[in-house]
Amino acid sequence: MAILQVEHLRQVYQSKDGETVALEDIHFSMEKGEFFSVVGPSGCGKSTLLSIISGMLPATDGRVLVAGEEIKAPSSHIGYMLQQDNLLEWRTIRQNVLLGLEIRRQLTPEMRDRADHLLETYGLAAFANRHPSQLSGGMRQRAALIRTLAINPDILLLDEAFSALDYQTRLEVTEDVYRIIKREQVTALMVTHDIPESICMGDKVLILSERPAVIRTVLPIRFNMDKRTPITCRSQPEFAGYFNHIWKELGMNEALETAGTVAGEDPLS
Amino acid sequence: MKHSKQPALSPERTLYLKQNKRTQNRIRLCRWGVLVVFLLAWEGSARLGLIDSFIFSQPSRILRTYQTMLQDDLLYHIRVTVGETLAGFLLGAAAGVLLAILLWWNAFISKVSEPYLVVLNSLPKIALGPVIIIIAGAGTKAIVFMALAISLVVTVLEMLSGFRDTDKSAIRMARTFGATKRQIFTKIVFPANIPTLFDSLKVNIGLSLVGVIAGEFLVSRAGLGYLIVYGGQVFKMDLVMASVIILAVTAALLYEAVALIQHIIGRRFGAR
Repeated sequence: MAILQVEHLRQVYQSKDGETVALEDIHFSMEKGEFFSVVGPSGCGKSTLLSIISGMLPATDGRVLVAGEEIKAPSSHIGYMLQQDNLLEWRTIRQNVLLGLEIRRQLTPEMRDRADHLLETYGLAAFANRHPSQLSGGMRQRAALIRTLAINPDILLLDEAFSALDYQTRLEVTEDVYRIIKREQVTALMVTHDIPESICMGDKVLILSERPAVIRTVLPIRFNMDKRTPITCRSQPEFAGYFNHIWKELGMNEALETAGTVAGEDPLS
Repeated sequence: MKHSKQPALSPERTLYLKQNKRTQNRIRLCRWGVLVVFLLAWEGSARLGLIDSFIFSQPSRILRTYQTMLQDDLLYHIRVTVGETLAGFLLGAAAGVLLAILLWWNAFISKVSEPYLVVLNSLPKIALGPVIIIIAGAGTKAIVFMALAISLVVTVLEMLSGFRDTDKSAIRMARTFGATKRQIFTKIVFPANIPTLFDSLKVNIGLSLVGVIAGEFLVSRAGLGYLIVYGGQVFKMDLVMASVIILAVTAALLYEAVALIQHIIGRRFGAR
């Protein structure tokens, strides 16, 4: 059975100037351990989609099921990672990592051990008693990921989680995060505006249309190699094909021609 | 951060450190110098008759005044003023923070009270002195109340704006874990505003002292404010000057005490 079922989501915003339809009939499901990327024109409602799936925003229509259970409020089934790491400066790294468990009142000795184990496994044990300002950008993002994973979620939502980082760090962190996600066998749904990132991390890429966003295409990504990692994917021959496909789907052909950019490295950023 | 081994210093580094230290020493020397020159000039011009020491007093007479005051009840007056200041300060801080929490919590109450807060903030609270004395009686209560009135509104406004300016994205992060409003406050908003709290406390300790001195002027029973007013009325300028100097030292010490507490707590909340 699918771990995540998103059923006919529709989202309408009300404001003084009228109503805006953000999402229209968004319908898909994910199997355990899959990694989906979501791309779409900016402002199309990608983040709205994640907010609804996380249970923070009630959908106008439709519903979200995780392991068959309907999501109506933030639940420990779902971990949500934001653009900023949001590590709290007055807490040590360990205390930061335990924040989610603390809020959920799940600070049992077992969960504590689990968090410590995650810190150990992903190379932050030596920094557990340091404060966030003493860590590099990449390590901070890793700590933020561990904070999200500490509540032991079934699904991990990533909302432009790497876009605040500089390019070098970003490549490193995506590599890191991919490895951690695969190793912990977490199902992940990532929203990004970076096409190369969506290809090299995703098993499938969901391409959304302009607002009101509908799913235009679900593009399966397959590379002809045994152990793919985000960096190695970038040098595969299939990569350019996927890039151009997504580029075209997003309706950016004209923009590309007029700008005269060469498809390859992310021309959006 | 700790360095386990200090490498040998290069000659340039030694020179740099030496020059740094020299500048520091000069600053310290000049600070004391200004004070000594001022006191000598004051004493000298009084002795030479350039200024009237009956009006301007003079350091030697102030020292003599301290001797007699110490035999009398100087310490008692200091204790009264410090006690009243601390009482007003603590009440003002506690009530101010509680009100700020209430206004942060409830947007509706906050909107309703906004114009009143603005007016109360710009009103010179000393103008309420007579009213306060009539309500609370001419005594310690009225003085503490005055100190409270002066520091309260500033605390509320400053803490409230600090609470509101808390990093939205940190709050969103807490929400992703399903944090309640109470948890958002205790885990994110309040700890994020510990520095704001201390900034406002540092201002408040001074404001409370202003309130206490104004109150003592009006009530005229005891305390440094009383000594100053009394000295002025009987034309004992030595007493006025002596009290003002004590007051200045007291104010500085109270401020330093708050700064010290901030330093200690700041350490516990991670380096800043």
